[in-house]
Amino acid sequence: MAMMAIPECLQGPEQLSVTGPKVIFSFELFGTTVNFTETVILEWIVMAIILGGCAFLTHNLKVRGVSKRQAIAEMAVEAITNLVRDTMGKRWLWFTPYIASIFCFSIFGSLISLLGFRAVTSDFSVLLTWAAMTFALITWTKLKFGGVGGYLKGFADPIPVMLPINILSEISTPTAMALRHFGNIAGGSIIMGLIYFGLTSLSHMIGMQGAWLSIGIPAVLSLYFDLFSDFMQAFIFVMLTMVFISNAGPQEDADGA
Amino acid sequence: MDMSEAIVLCGSAIGAGLAMIAGIGPGIGEGYAVGKACEAIARQPEASGAVTRTMFVGCAVAESTGIYGLIIALLLIFLKPFT
Repeated sequence: MAMMAIPECLQGPEQLSVTGPKVIFSFELFGTTVNFTETVILEWIVMAIILGGCAFLTHNLKVRGVSKRQAIAEMAVEAITNLVRDTMGKRWLWFTPYIASIFCFSIFGSLISLLGFRAVTSDFSVLLTWAAMTFALITWTKLKFGGVGGYLKGFADPIPVMLPINILSEISTPTAMALRHFGNIAGGSIIMGLIYFGLTSLSHMIGMQGAWLSIGIPAVLSLYFDLFSDFMQAFIFVMLTMVFISNAGPQEDADGA
Repeated sequence: MDMSEAIVLCGSAIGAGLAMIAGIGPGIGEGYAVGKACEAIARQPEASGAVTRTMFVGCAVAESTGIYGLIIALLLIFLKPFT
């Protein structure tokens, strides 16, 4: 029997390498090198997907005779509004668009790895940017409700000796948020890479011509590492954002107004 | 591969393994949190939504030490900062 030629794409990975995002081009700006990585391009793709989805779901809205498309859009908006209302309270409802955009960006940015790209959220700078936005919002909320004096006084709370610890906890909030999301997504993708590599080696070891073992079997694990973990991390990121921001303001009245 | 590089690689691998001991803490903590959440839901099934949400956020916060360990281990194995 003639040996069938195995196409290149079925050979599986030859070796495992873990690198940062590919740099497309870099340029000099004020003495530092600015790298234009593939993450930026993928972010623009994700943004286009989200914008396109929103435009598709919300064009031609009606009060009566609601179409299926509009029902989906209403369901999504209502779900996220309820989440914000339950977590932050009624007076923070105007935060919903920010929370919804971070949530969508996180989910689609992670799920783009299912199409074979590098996940946007496995680049630490993306998460650090989001965490920095949350940090800015927390600081802004504290300044708005407590004034500059109250903000500075909050660092010496309850006793001035706590000053270094308070500063440390202020900095560690966004860092921990960013690291948690990044660690989960990047760790998951590395584990998936190891599994593909291991199954390829195994199928070569038992005498197969192509990497047949790595077809289908990793999908089960991908359910956890790609789908579940992505949704979970997006949810946790927005939950923590909401909790930290609403905790920075004064506590709500008992009637929830 | 000369001797010094081999020693560094060996140390990195051992260090990565040691760093993942950090996984014990979040494991115990999250198990405890989920167990308590189950008890709370059994006692008050109508509050299951709020309990589950709070539990997930708590788990995520408890998980961060394990994630730090994972990041250190990945750095040691794949980026090899000391070679």
